[in-house]
Amino acid sequence: MQASLYTERKLSRRNRARDARERLIAGVLLLAASVGVLTTAGIIASLAGETLRFFQQVSIIDFLTDTQWTPLFSDQHFGIGPLVTATLLTSAIALFIAVPFGLIAAIYLSEFAPARARAVIKPALEVLAGVPTVVYGFFALIVVTPFLQRFIPGLSTFNALSAGIVMGLMIIPLVSSLSEDAMSAVPASLREGAYGLGSTRFEVATRVVFPAALSGIIASIILALSRAVGETMIVAIAAGQRPVLTFDPTVPIETMTAYIVQVSLGDTPYGSLSYLTIFAVGTSLFVMTLVMNVISHWVVRHFREQYD
Amino acid sequence: MATERTLPGAAMFRTRIALRRLQGTLFVVLAIAVVAASLASLAFLAADVLGRGVGWLDWQFLNSFDSRFAERAGIKAAIYGSVYMMTFTLLLALPLGVMTAVYLEEYAQDGWFRQPVQINMSNLAGVPSIIYGLLGLTVFVRWMGMGRSVLAGACTMALLVLPIIVVATQEALRAVPSGIRDASYALGATRSQTIWHHVLPQAFAGILTGNILAASRAIGETAPLITIGALTFVPFVPEHPLDRFTALPIQIFNWTSKPQTAFHDLAAAGIVVLLAVLLTMNSVAIILRNRAGRAAGGGRR
Repeated sequence: MQASLYTERKLSRRNRARDARERLIAGVLLLAASVGVLTTAGIIASLAGETLRFFQQVSIIDFLTDTQWTPLFSDQHFGIGPLVTATLLTSAIALFIAVPFGLIAAIYLSEFAPARARAVIKPALEVLAGVPTVVYGFFALIVVTPFLQRFIPGLSTFNALSAGIVMGLMIIPLVSSLSEDAMSAVPASLREGAYGLGSTRFEVATRVVFPAALSGIIASIILALSRAVGETMIVAIAAGQRPVLTFDPTVPIETMTAYIVQVSLGDTPYGSLSYLTIFAVGTSLFVMTLVMNVISHWVVRHFREQYD
Repeated sequence: MATERTLPGAAMFRTRIALRRLQGTLFVVLAIAVVAASLASLAFLAADVLGRGVGWLDWQFLNSFDSRFAERAGIKAAIYGSVYMMTFTLLLALPLGVMTAVYLEEYAQDGWFRQPVQINMSNLAGVPSIIYGLLGLTVFVRWMGMGRSVLAGACTMALLVLPIIVVATQEALRAVPSGIRDASYALGATRSQTIWHHVLPQAFAGILTGNILAASRAIGETAPLITIGALTFVPFVPEHPLDRFTALPIQIFNWTSKPQTAFHDLAAAGIVVLLAVLLTMNSVAIILRNRAGRAAGGGRR
């Protein structure tokens, strides 16, 4: 009796110690999991703080409506317009390449390619997304621009065209793999139904599978746009540092990201107005990409065709 | 055949179906052309960089600091900077990422906390890398007073690659059969013992793959390092976590931005080194993934 009571007490003490340790471990893991949330909070806090200080000195109306961006000159203007149009221009060129290429590759991989071709092509395309962007920037400036200059005599050394084209190349796998996932998720019964009605493989792919996967495809395109808007090194190296309001792809421009790089490389004093501009531009960039990412998730959730 | 020939419109149908099938054939030709064009430009990029840079690749290039003279310039400081930063990045991001994933998959399955953390992770993966640079500049460089150091760069990079590690680890944990957990619990093991001794070892290959992918992302990232103020000209090797530093992509960017073509060739040589490192890392990741896939398949049988 005595001995068993002793063991029981010892056991319950060990159990309590064990439970405490388990709770401690769970707590530490919870703490680690909070870092991601803290990161978001940190991004918002760091951007918001400096951006508010920027808007204490510059009116938000000027920021949004002025057509000149010259914070580094003596005659300062703070209209973000030129940076935004430049960003949209390079992104549009990139999507002009990435969307058709990516979608054709996706339809082929999902509906036509034999399994063995798929096993080779899919990872090979993914390599395009794994090349560091600074390498693509080098490629755009040193290789693509001189090549294009042979056909377009007026093309400047820095231009939106080659930066956009190379960026499009980089984004192809994003469009192709996300769209392919969406098309592969379309149930086989839909394809079988269409075949049963006498459709050819091409008709099944373009008139049944493609429309059925449209929500996922649109989401992939929006994500690609968001990626292009936030891309930095390619445009910083190859598109120039001249903030002008133009949609001409052959002249130097400056995107939002390229401006942040330009100021970061210079020796702008901490806390000065031009230092604060990169946070105002960064906030605009963050809001743009966040809105696009949210829309993309929303499209998938609300327009997904449910078949099961 | 005889009956078919008598059907009205049969001839027209035959022409139409041939045309309709032709669409498919043409599409396949177009698709192969598109894929080939994409991969050809990649091959062209690699060949061009190799052609420009390979003549500069020697011991002198690897073991010299940057210089105003292209013949004397090298990537010693950049290699040391990249290696130091990568080490600190993984030291921070690996435990944080794995612990986050373990919490999400093994502890918070139905908790109220899981949903927001999960959504937040996928949103973080979509934030442009330069925004992480602005975060690092404010939080690590300014508020925490780390200065424009290796440590500040590593902290910034760690947050940037955290979503990659978390997602990869979650997938690896999900692939561990629940029978392993049940068996461990049945023998009286606690949750943490089960995870530490049985779940994590099973998921090891997947976690390692995720970390290699994260490291290869961090090694090629340039924009956040420029924003936090990594130097472009560094004639020294960082010896302390709080020393200033440069990194391989920064060095490549710096040389690309110079007008002289000799520096462009140097940049190409730097790119060759960077791509060689990335290729090695990704090959290891692919081999590990294949091996893990085989192991998991064997387990399920």
